[in-house]
Amino acid sequence: MSVRQWSRDLGMGVRFAFAGGREGWTRALLTAVGVGLGVALLLLTTAIPGALAERDRREEARSDHTFSQEKIPKADDTLVVVDADTTFRNLDVRGRLLEPDGPKAPLPPGVSEFPAVGEMVVSPALKELLDSDDGKLLRERLDYRVSGTIGEQGLVGSQELAYFAGGKGLAKLLDGAASGARIDHFGSDDLGSSDPWDPVLLLLVLVVFVVLLMPVAVFIAAAVRFGGERRDRRLAALRLVGSDSRMTRRIAAGEALAGSVLGLVLGTGFFLLGRQLAASVEVFRVSVFPSYLNPSPLLAVLVALAVPAAAVLVTILALRGVVIEPLGVVRTAKPSRRRLWWRLLLPLGGLALLYPMMGQGNDGGDFNQYLVVGGVMLLLIGVTALLPWVVETVVARLGPGGVAWQLAVRRLQLSSGVAARMVNGIAVAVAGAIALQMLFAGVEDNYTRASQYDVSRAQMSVDVPDGSDAAPVAAQYRDTEGVRKVTTLSDFHLGDRREADALIQITVADCVSLREVATLPGCRDGDVFAAKGSEYDSDSERLAVPGTPLWAESEESGRAGDRTVSWTVPRGIRQAESREDPTGYERGGLLITPGALPGKLKVLISTRLFLSVDPSVPDAYDHVRNTAARLDPTSQPMTWHSIESDDRYAAIRTGLSVGAACVLALIGASLLVSQLEQLRERRKLLSSLVAFGTRRRTLGLSVLWQTAIPIGLGLLLAATVGMALGAVLLRMTNTSVGVDWQSVLSMTGIGAGVVLVVTLLSLPPLLKLTRPDGLRTE
Amino acid sequence: MTIPAGSLLTAQDLRKVYGPTTALDGAGFSIHPGEVVAVMGPSGSGKSTLLHCLAGIVMPDSGSITYNGREVTAMSDAERSALRRSEFGFVFQFGQLVPELTCVENVALPLRLNGSPRREAERTALAWMERLEVDDLRKKRPGEVSGGQGQRVAVARSLVTNPRVVFADEPTGALDSFNGERVMELLTDAARSANTAVVLVTHEARVAAYSDREVVVRDGKSRDMERVV
Amino acid sequence: MSIGHTLLGLLESGPRHGYDLKRAFDEKFGHDRPLHYGQVYSTMSRLLKHGLVEVDGIEAGDGPERKRYAITEAGITDVARWLATPEKPEPYLQSTLYTKVVLALLTHRDAGDILDNQRSEHLRSMRILTDRKRKGDLADQLICDHALFHLEADLRWLELAAARLDKLREAVTR
Repeated sequence: MSVRQWSRDLGMGVRFAFAGGREGWTRALLTAVGVGLGVALLLLTTAIPGALAERDRREEARSDHTFSQEKIPKADDTLVVVDADTTFRNLDVRGRLLEPDGPKAPLPPGVSEFPAVGEMVVSPALKELLDSDDGKLLRERLDYRVSGTIGEQGLVGSQELAYFAGGKGLAKLLDGAASGARIDHFGSDDLGSSDPWDPVLLLLVLVVFVVLLMPVAVFIAAAVRFGGERRDRRLAALRLVGSDSRMTRRIAAGEALAGSVLGLVLGTGFFLLGRQLAASVEVFRVSVFPSYLNPSPLLAVLVALAVPAAAVLVTILALRGVVIEPLGVVRTAKPSRRRLWWRLLLPLGGLALLYPMMGQGNDGGDFNQYLVVGGVMLLLIGVTALLPWVVETVVARLGPGGVAWQLAVRRLQLSSGVAARMVNGIAVAVAGAIALQMLFAGVEDNYTRASQYDVSRAQMSVDVPDGSDAAPVAAQYRDTEGVRKVTTLSDFHLGDRREADALIQITVADCVSLREVATLPGCRDGDVFAAKGSEYDSDSERLAVPGTPLWAESEESGRAGDRTVSWTVPRGIRQAESREDPTGYERGGLLITPGALPGKLKVLISTRLFLSVDPSVPDAYDHVRNTAARLDPTSQPMTWHSIESDDRYAAIRTGLSVGAACVLALIGASLLVSQLEQLRERRKLLSSLVAFGTRRRTLGLSVLWQTAIPIGLGLLLAATVGMALGAVLLRMTNTSVGVDWQSVLSMTGIGAGVVLVVTLLSLPPLLKLTRPDGLRTE
Repeated sequence: MTIPAGSLLTAQDLRKVYGPTTALDGAGFSIHPGEVVAVMGPSGSGKSTLLHCLAGIVMPDSGSITYNGREVTAMSDAERSALRRSEFGFVFQFGQLVPELTCVENVALPLRLNGSPRREAERTALAWMERLEVDDLRKKRPGEVSGGQGQRVAVARSLVTNPRVVFADEPTGALDSFNGERVMELLTDAARSANTAVVLVTHEARVAAYSDREVVVRDGKSRDMERVV
Repeated sequence: MSIGHTLLGLLESGPRHGYDLKRAFDEKFGHDRPLHYGQVYSTMSRLLKHGLVEVDGIEAGDGPERKRYAITEAGITDVARWLATPEKPEPYLQSTLYTKVVLALLTHRDAGDILDNQRSEHLRSMRILTDRKRKGDLADQLICDHALFHLEADLRWLELAAARLDKLREAVTR
């Protein structure tokens, strides 16, 4: 077989792909759009590592924290930076107060001039937020005049909220609780090397990638088969005029090639378009600049080669079961029932690959990446191999029902392969997602811990600057809109002597607040209690005895003006049973009402306010934050959550959610496309059915059944395989196997939702197609 | 023009425009129960549009259509669908049988759309298939039968609900003359014995010869040849 | 139609009386126009003269003289030759209908009406033939089909002419 002949036949196929008038173009375009979407997603995937790296690089470049302990003396080229981060609703705002010490002070990246006192430069997204009606509360908090915007170099994402405000006397704040530093340059090198990945996390990342990319591959395979029936008829016509069966196969390959190459072009277009759009969206708090999204050249080339090759391969494989005769297409697939055994081999093979790695997670052993990827892929491909068999077997046994049901079932019986192909993508995506969710739920305990905070008692806490009187501050918060209750707890430690061996905690609070930390036998101002029942406290009992002299620790006393302070435990202290305070901590030591606290000790106390917020008041949290900012722009009120999670773990989970959303949307689109194609091919039939009085409801229902039956089976299979894979992965990480039913249900629910949406979206075209115009032949 | 006495289905002064083309321009039509009327005319003359209007598939832009004393143009889409389901039957040139259903299921389809139970519908369907001499095809799918057989199945389907009117749009258009005439013979025989009217759109004279009279449509205007002569 | 050859052909299956021949002819071919007995008599005597038939016997009876005719070898050869000779297709080059159409166009009358009326007339004949075909036996069907196809051919010409009326009008009125 000569190369010339090959190229001639392929070329003919390419011409056929675009010839054939509007129909031909539409079909080629559908294929191309399908492949294009897949390619765009692949390119995006190849660009993600680069984008994340770029974010990291910029984060490092603007880093203003010195991790070295040494303090830089004030100089011409130094700058004082104080953190003034804040949170607005659930949006994080990165904030810094700047005060240059001299004319040569370093400018942060993306900022061309230091903001003057009372002014700030903001990121474009923050500017937009501040200018909007929504941003009213934040405007009150960031009460600076906007004097400019931060350039791209100073931001890690297009939607990042950030500001730099000019400050005065910031150096003084550094001595206090404020976080900040005097620096002579931005950027840090010691952030660079991060810890090696935990093997379980690495396993998660690998599985996430496989799970997300598999459906895309399945999708591309389905896309190159758009318009297959029409093409087969055209090939039959070619056979009639004398091309042999090999030639027709090559011509078909040429058509697929043309569609996929056009798809590559479109995909690149989509990608570039998406890159621009990426600037305006923020997904799960991650936004990027278009310039971040550069696919790695090697991977891009791989995509460019693999997609057309896969397209040709899929076409040739698909034509294997088809004999194209001059007078029509004969499918040999019909007589031979699908066999089960080789289809089972795939998932079993996958299990076999994963089996040796069972239980490796705990001893820190590394997973073999190739085995993991191979095993997971085989299991997931197993879904696509098993599904046609399952659909065929089940559908063949379905009995007749109503007309809509009968139409759907009969169609499925005749072409179960087409139906299975349509839902393969969703099944794979759901199976993978279920497995991952199980894995996540299983290892969640390792990476998230339930915080000890009791969010039913308080939802926020805020520190009062050391040494300042807590009462007026507490009053300010009490007056803040949406605050129900303020619990003020001040504490400090005293030692048994100057160089203390043993320490006792002293908690100062009024009676109401003290009841939050202990069960009191009764309380009046001036009372002192000894808290009992704390398991952490061994020294207290010894020291909390009337007459014992206690000394302020040297470091603390140093802060209080280098005066050594002592205090003798007074008489008449009563016993109180300690209980968990809102932070989940049982205190020991002495509990003192303000009336019993001698003035000389007041300088020692540091105070934290615990706020109980009325959730029914809109933006209650932000009112609190505004109050906090008014009192101290560097204060950072904490909002309590019942769960804290490891950042990196959270990032992976976020990635999975983003990816699954994209993949399901993509598959939904392909379902819709093939659904519409089927409907178009049946236009004449549909119109004649309507002509003799078929209700459109019946037709719509039959379309729904036609999708719902294979999807239902697909989801069932997906749930089974997904749970099996999840169980294996959990065994691999040595975590006890438990089925996360909620995620199984939610993932299958989402899959089912996609079907419903697709059916709904295909109804208007269905109604349009069933208009009697379809009957017109003239 | 008044409605002729005893007329089952009458159309008056129908106008229908599809985009730039005027399909019907004042066409009229009338048919009595049990009558077979051929609608003839050159391609593009509007004869199919006339049939679609008469059957309530397409609404004319103006004019009136009266079926059994009821104004079809005043009916809702659902009412017209119900009318087509229960009172009308249809035969088209091709592409009307559902390829996934067996022949008997295809024939039974209109009955089932009317709510008949499956078994009963298929029993009635089979009786009609016997009458059209295609009962041996009951288990076959439309793709496995010849064109002539398929049309006979379609004719059986059009008659299975005992309709008052059968609309046949080029029912023999895709058949050779032998099969075409056989289909026409069976269709008109069955229709006459059931007192079913047949509106037969055709351009073939030999097919039209199975009618009782013909209406000629040209440039969207109709001419009832019996009234003229 | 050559009556002589037809009668000869009918004799090939065996000797017949003149009256039998007439009946057989009428039954098979003479639907519209039955033969007169005189026609049979004169034809048979011509065939006898040419030696294509011979008298097989005479029955004397109370009616007319009843001769029984049989075909000769020469007669069989003659029938075979006749059957083998193709009929000359009729050219139909100058039909009245064509003349009418052209005249209508020349005199600026509506030729379409003429054609419609003609079609209606043709269809009337075709309906009668179709009806007869449905009720008749195979022979009926064949002969009716023959006529139907001819009528259909006329109608096809009518349709074509109708489609080309505009051009025709240009051509004839120039």
